[in-house]
Amino acid sequence: MRAHRSSVVAAIAVAATLTAVAGCAAKSDGKGAGKGAIAVTASDSDCKVSAKEFPAGHVQFAVDNKGSKVTEVYVYAPGDRIMTERENIGPGTHAEITAEIKPGAYEIACKPGMKGHGIRQKVTASGKGAAVKRNPKLDAAVSAYRTWVQEQADQTLPKAQKFADAVKAGDIEAAKKTYALSRVGWERTEPVAESFGDIDPKVDTRADGLSDGQKWTGWHKLEQSLWEKKKISADDKKLADQLITDLKDWQKRVGKAVINPTTMANGAKELLDEVATGKVTGEEERYSHTDLIDFHANVEGAQKAYELLKPVVTKNDPALAKELDKQFAAILKQLDGHRDGKSADGFASYDTVGKGERKTLSDSVNALAEPLSKLAAAVAESK
Amino acid sequence: MSQDETTTDAPAGRAPSRRALLGWGGAGLALGAVAAGGTAAALRTGSDAQPAGADATSGSAVPFHGRHQAGIATAVQDRLHFASFDVTTDDRDELIALLKDWTKAAARMTAGDAVGGGAVGGPAEAPPDDTGEALGLPPSRLTLTFGVGPTLFEKDGKDRFGLKKRRPEALIDLPKFSGDNLDSTRSGGDLCVQACADDPQVAVHAIRNLARIGFGKIAIRWSQLGFGKTSSTTPDAQTPRNMMGFKDGTHNIAGTDNAALDQHVWVGEKDAKGDERWMAGGSYLVARRIRMHIETWDRTSLKEQEDVFGRDKAEGAPVGRKHERDTPHLKSMLPTAHVRLAHPDSNGGVRILRRGYSFTDGTDGLGRLDAGLFFLAYQRDVRHGFVPLQQKLAANDALNEYIQHVGSAVFAIPPGVRGADDWWGRELFA
Repeated sequence: MRAHRSSVVAAIAVAATLTAVAGCAAKSDGKGAGKGAIAVTASDSDCKVSAKEFPAGHVQFAVDNKGSKVTEVYVYAPGDRIMTERENIGPGTHAEITAEIKPGAYEIACKPGMKGHGIRQKVTASGKGAAVKRNPKLDAAVSAYRTWVQEQADQTLPKAQKFADAVKAGDIEAAKKTYALSRVGWERTEPVAESFGDIDPKVDTRADGLSDGQKWTGWHKLEQSLWEKKKISADDKKLADQLITDLKDWQKRVGKAVINPTTMANGAKELLDEVATGKVTGEEERYSHTDLIDFHANVEGAQKAYELLKPVVTKNDPALAKELDKQFAAILKQLDGHRDGKSADGFASYDTVGKGERKTLSDSVNALAEPLSKLAAAVAESK
Repeated sequence: MSQDETTTDAPAGRAPSRRALLGWGGAGLALGAVAAGGTAAALRTGSDAQPAGADATSGSAVPFHGRHQAGIATAVQDRLHFASFDVTTDDRDELIALLKDWTKAAARMTAGDAVGGGAVGGPAEAPPDDTGEALGLPPSRLTLTFGVGPTLFEKDGKDRFGLKKRRPEALIDLPKFSGDNLDSTRSGGDLCVQACADDPQVAVHAIRNLARIGFGKIAIRWSQLGFGKTSSTTPDAQTPRNMMGFKDGTHNIAGTDNAALDQHVWVGEKDAKGDERWMAGGSYLVARRIRMHIETWDRTSLKEQEDVFGRDKAEGAPVGRKHERDTPHLKSMLPTAHVRLAHPDSNGGVRILRRGYSFTDGTDGLGRLDAGLFFLAYQRDVRHGFVPLQQKLAANDALNEYIQHVGSAVFAIPPGVRGADDWWGRELFA
């Protein structure tokens, strides 16, 4: 479900701008770089850049692939946020791409064979306000987090496809078995997906989240059909395809998401908010009662963000790090107590979890979420 | 508005000033006194020994530090938020650290200050230390009274914090009383905090912030809001009515009656020997959530209602008497009358300090008011206070037809926090 936080709203605005910028890749006309363009010469083993420092603003990159492999070129902001990119640049071909670039440090990556970390060059866009000192530990945390989020999206697609295929085949039992598992990657990284604004309402809206006149699409509509209506309609089969389309959109946009230490930390806290308001109450998966695997995935996602920020937290607020280590371990241990080898997703159905057990889970959520709400300040203080 | 003008224009000495009106725990109470022909000055008599003058001014602060905890002998405030906590940590040092943090926060809140770094002005990226809903509100006579339940000492046969031998003999597990229908989720608890204030928002703010400070070490087990006091510890004030429309708890121990407090409420030096020494200056609290069958009571004839209590409904006067505080003639009441059964003369002089509140938690899903009395009683020894009294009432009280005890807890209340370096329960953990 969507969060309604101002940080997310801001992120959406920025993300939208970047999306527009990324769409500006100019078509190659084979006539070479325009005036003032930065030449990028890619080969199978090198990535040469004509200038390591250039003025910020509207920047043009003229790419020549002199190698034997198909390549791609990325311009990364710190934390590996994609400023612009061009895929499928064939051997011997030329491409021009542009981006609006603010003063600061960037990396240009050539990826021969279109895979991996790429061959990178550090560049600087000069101009006013470029003097912001960055903490390399935090940049590394953001970049590793982005990689992990991308992996989660990449791994989700085949699982979601399995689920969609079962729905389209009209196989209720198979669809039920694959439903919860198809959501794990999403639940682990939900705040990033929510930052795009438009994808979350399409794929993860619950019955109570619908506004008048809104067409209900996504996982939970299918959940209702499978468990409550016990019937897959023709429309549901279309929705299954739509789900895949929307998830592919998500998968593509992770690289451009605005992620920084603060959004990571707030995202971790928001994942626990999700648990507190949706999972502990059994509202998220009201038909399938697969709340516990979502719960677990939310906690894992929060833990991942924390673990990556931990080197900085340990330095700035060691007591907080100690408390978070303890509470993450405690809640995961408690969730382990609810595992059920016989269930399709590995966890007990939430309707079998009694009031007393839910209270204990809720107490553990409070115990973890309270210190977690202090994480953002602990990483923001480091300069 | 016209009230202000009348007050200003009235000759001095005939009508109380607005300040005095406010000074008596809300205008309603003060106006009642005026209507009865009393004056603010008359109300003040008998309150000299206790800081009732300071402590009964509704916006003011009640001193947090002292030999006894505030919130017991203190003039009863208008509102209650009572919370019972389970201790979730098994680390004694963590528990002690929490009690120190709690004490610090309690001292600040009772003085009308925000906890920690305040509700605003901290780092923009961090949630504020204080939750903020009491910003700009006066201290409102907030008292926070801390207690420890039997399960802190031993739970499921486990001596959790090395305190087992410190458990006072008087801190018994309450016996089952006839008619009890106790809900375990509204009963018991390892720790309790009673928050009383004249403003409900101030009381709720206090419990909310203590709970927040404690997350990870404690969890709220249950809590109860009370909206109207049903007893007073200021004998010259009118006894407030309970949800049945009666004045009950008239013959309460006055917060100014030090002899009665020493005899019936405070644990004395001689009571607290050896491992129990930490309780000297403390007390014992029994909390009972007493649900009233409101609808059936309302269908009961006035005569029966009055017979059940042994008082008339208008004045609160005992059967055959004229005024509320007239000495009751117990033998002219029915043998099952509530007052007759509960009166000290029927119980070998046993007295408890009652500090209960009316509650209404909405309706119960069957269209009935979920209302009643949240009974709070302080005493020197539960075994000689609440237990024999309740055994008698549970067996005989005519009121039982209209009430049911649905929640129950008992707590040892440590002595007061003596100064800035002291903390709740220090003597217990020493």
